[in-house]
Amino acid sequence: MHWDIVILARIQFALTIMFHYIFPPITIGLGLLLVIFEALWLTTRRQVYYEILIFWIKIFAVNFAIGVATGIVMEFEFGTNWSTYSRFVGDVFGSALAAEGIFAFFLESGFLSILLFGANKVSPGIHFLSTIMVFLGSVFSSVWIVIANSFQQTPAGYHLVRQSNGFLRAEITDFWAMVFNPSSMYRLNHVLLGAFIIGASLVISVSSYYLLKKIHENFAKTSFSVSLIVLAIASYTMLLSGHEQARAVAYNQPEKLASFEGNYHTCNTHGTRLSLFGIPNSKTLKLDYEISIPDMLSYLVYNNFNKPVKALDAFPQIDWPPLMVPFISYHIMVALGMFYILISSLGLILLKTNQLFNHRYILWVYAILAVIGTIANQAGWVCAEVGRQPWIVYRLLRTSDAYSKTVDANQIIFSLIMFSLLYLLLFFVYIYILNEKIQLGPVTELKYKHSSILDAASDLNKHGEYSMTSTPELDEDDNNA
Amino acid sequence: MPDLNQTWFILLIVLLSGYAILDGFDLGVGIIYPLFSDDTHKRILLNSIGPVWDGNEVWLVTLGGALFAAFPQVYATAFSGLYTPFMLLLFALILRATSIEFRGKKLHKLWRTIWDLAFFLGSSLATFLFGVSVGNLLQGMPIHSDMELHCNLLGLLRPYPILCGLFTLSACAMHGTIYLLFKTKDKLKKQIDRFSWHAFGIFLALYLMVTIFTLINIPQAISNFKIMPVAWLAVVVNILALVNIPRSLFLKNYLSAFSSSALTFIALATLFGIAMYPNLITSSINPMFNMTIYNSASSVKTLHIMLLIAIFGMPCVLAYTTIIYYVFRGKVELDSSSY
Repeated sequence: MHWDIVILARIQFALTIMFHYIFPPITIGLGLLLVIFEALWLTTRRQVYYEILIFWIKIFAVNFAIGVATGIVMEFEFGTNWSTYSRFVGDVFGSALAAEGIFAFFLESGFLSILLFGANKVSPGIHFLSTIMVFLGSVFSSVWIVIANSFQQTPAGYHLVRQSNGFLRAEITDFWAMVFNPSSMYRLNHVLLGAFIIGASLVISVSSYYLLKKIHENFAKTSFSVSLIVLAIASYTMLLSGHEQARAVAYNQPEKLASFEGNYHTCNTHGTRLSLFGIPNSKTLKLDYEISIPDMLSYLVYNNFNKPVKALDAFPQIDWPPLMVPFISYHIMVALGMFYILISSLGLILLKTNQLFNHRYILWVYAILAVIGTIANQAGWVCAEVGRQPWIVYRLLRTSDAYSKTVDANQIIFSLIMFSLLYLLLFFVYIYILNEKIQLGPVTELKYKHSSILDAASDLNKHGEYSMTSTPELDEDDNNA
Repeated sequence: MPDLNQTWFILLIVLLSGYAILDGFDLGVGIIYPLFSDDTHKRILLNSIGPVWDGNEVWLVTLGGALFAAFPQVYATAFSGLYTPFMLLLFALILRATSIEFRGKKLHKLWRTIWDLAFFLGSSLATFLFGVSVGNLLQGMPIHSDMELHCNLLGLLRPYPILCGLFTLSACAMHGTIYLLFKTKDKLKKQIDRFSWHAFGIFLALYLMVTIFTLINIPQAISNFKIMPVAWLAVVVNILALVNIPRSLFLKNYLSAFSSSALTFIALATLFGIAMYPNLITSSINPMFNMTIYNSASSVKTLHIMLLIAIFGMPCVLAYTTIIYYVFRGKVELDSSSY
């Protein structure tokens, strides 16, 4: 019976974290672009940057709201569904979560209100500062949560202590060793770059859509070009980050890398192949339809074509991660990473030769970039977390032991149905509102006289975005009130 | 000097007070929201909390994080033992957060009605569940020797916790009403001014009922008064603040009314802490199984690290909070960035 509870709790955690993780990377990535667009507006005073800024602030707000609403679920679920885990790691893991609240969420939520509603109330400089603070807040948040998660992957800075009630738990010995555990910094830069990529992808997608429909072209070209540069830098850096990250996995969690690579049999006579394609077969322990480069994995990990990389057979089978999901998600992530290098390089070349906006078929590819980036981010986390199995804390606590002892299957089924329906609804509303905002487009013909955000924002009111202002008769009421 | 465990107990009460004062009024705005039918009035209500509700909710997130870090056993026991109520709480909070954001995005009448309903139900359900939780903590819950809480949903809906839930609803409704007096003007303000008296009356009635019920049924609620005579100070503050609410409302000194309402919340949170101390969850089976600030805590090292985090973090938090409330002071004016 308890196995069912573990499966159900895992399904619920996977559902809620994957849905949540659609939004925070966009918040971080779009946050960076808002900082860039606002800096460009303040330095050049070109109207188009202001239009871009205002348009994307609205989208940022919708995105942020769902990110916050679905994020609070995650903090609760450690306790509700994984209470044994919480008892085991609370001494170490809890402080990272509390630090996230104190150092990141307050900063983010506080300055967000100035970013969204403060244009009429503060000077442009203070508004810009608020934009930076919101971006920093979202980055700090990722810092602490990635540290906490990395402790699950590569625990450090702790010792195991038996409590008076006989329960064994991890207690902190060295806070900074926990913070800078062997995988945290590799994983942090990987996560942040992924966020910058999806942020830039979203802006590029919407810009491409406008270019394909031949509307808001000046707006679209400007936001596309700026985002493309961000995308290219992030994609190239991601190649390096991914390489270092995979090497770190090879040293820290060798079973995980073996599962990623479909590397099942250690061969001591020559190097290990890098699999490009295949379907893991758990019966024969081989990759079906395999395409691979001989000795390449050995070179990437050890800079030596002949040194074998440990395969799964070097570890007891009870400690093996699943074979299928990590392999597939890892390969999707890597393939999309390569695709990003290709698409951003192509974009830069076309931009340089002034042809970027003439090729409709390429614009169609750019138009779906936001979906591709989301898939890449999700696939990355799936391989990182499923590849950690069967452990909830690597080599310390098994997922199958970490569940809540007092929760029964019916309770989880109830909450699982509730979250599924609620998230489905939220997703459709999100897409619907996003579509409305995109169809509405930027507010054009902005007439600001004093070229400050303050005056420009009050002009917005007159030109009106129907969704944000009242109907005429409501406006009358406003004046009477 | 309190030791680290005691310090963290006090800090949790501080975080609880902060959360109650701040999110208390925006939940309260949600509770009284259906009393207003005019769309502009509804928008003024929403925008009065628009820039601040998210930051207010961070107090809850931080309270959860601090509980996890300082008293992980309690976090684990309470969150898993109260699985279904916590899931309903999450449902309510998500509904509420998204309804604030989504409502204004379309003019369609049905669209707005649905999100209005979601905002009201989310706010009310969340507030009610907070009250029920506090009531259950005061009355004690079936904690066994394994530190696990074995009970079902109906076992939690006992008369006293339900009374506490209703009391919390009335307290937040009153707090939200007084907050709105700052934020509104003219006709709407007159309506809210009239309503504030009803809100206070309902609050006072439930306050008396909860007090009597607590004194009769929960003997350990005042057992600490003997060893902590300073606890009487909280009682005195509570009563003075309570009396000052109608006085300030009558004098139309809303700052004083709001401060008194906030002070009532602080006093109630303090009395709750005094009633619980040194327990975090009282076992209704055997006092031996009580989860205390010592047998449920993290290591001294973690409590120390957490204290440093709090010492560095909390001044920043107070600074941001002050800045935000300063920037968004004054009456609500709807503009292009409003909900």
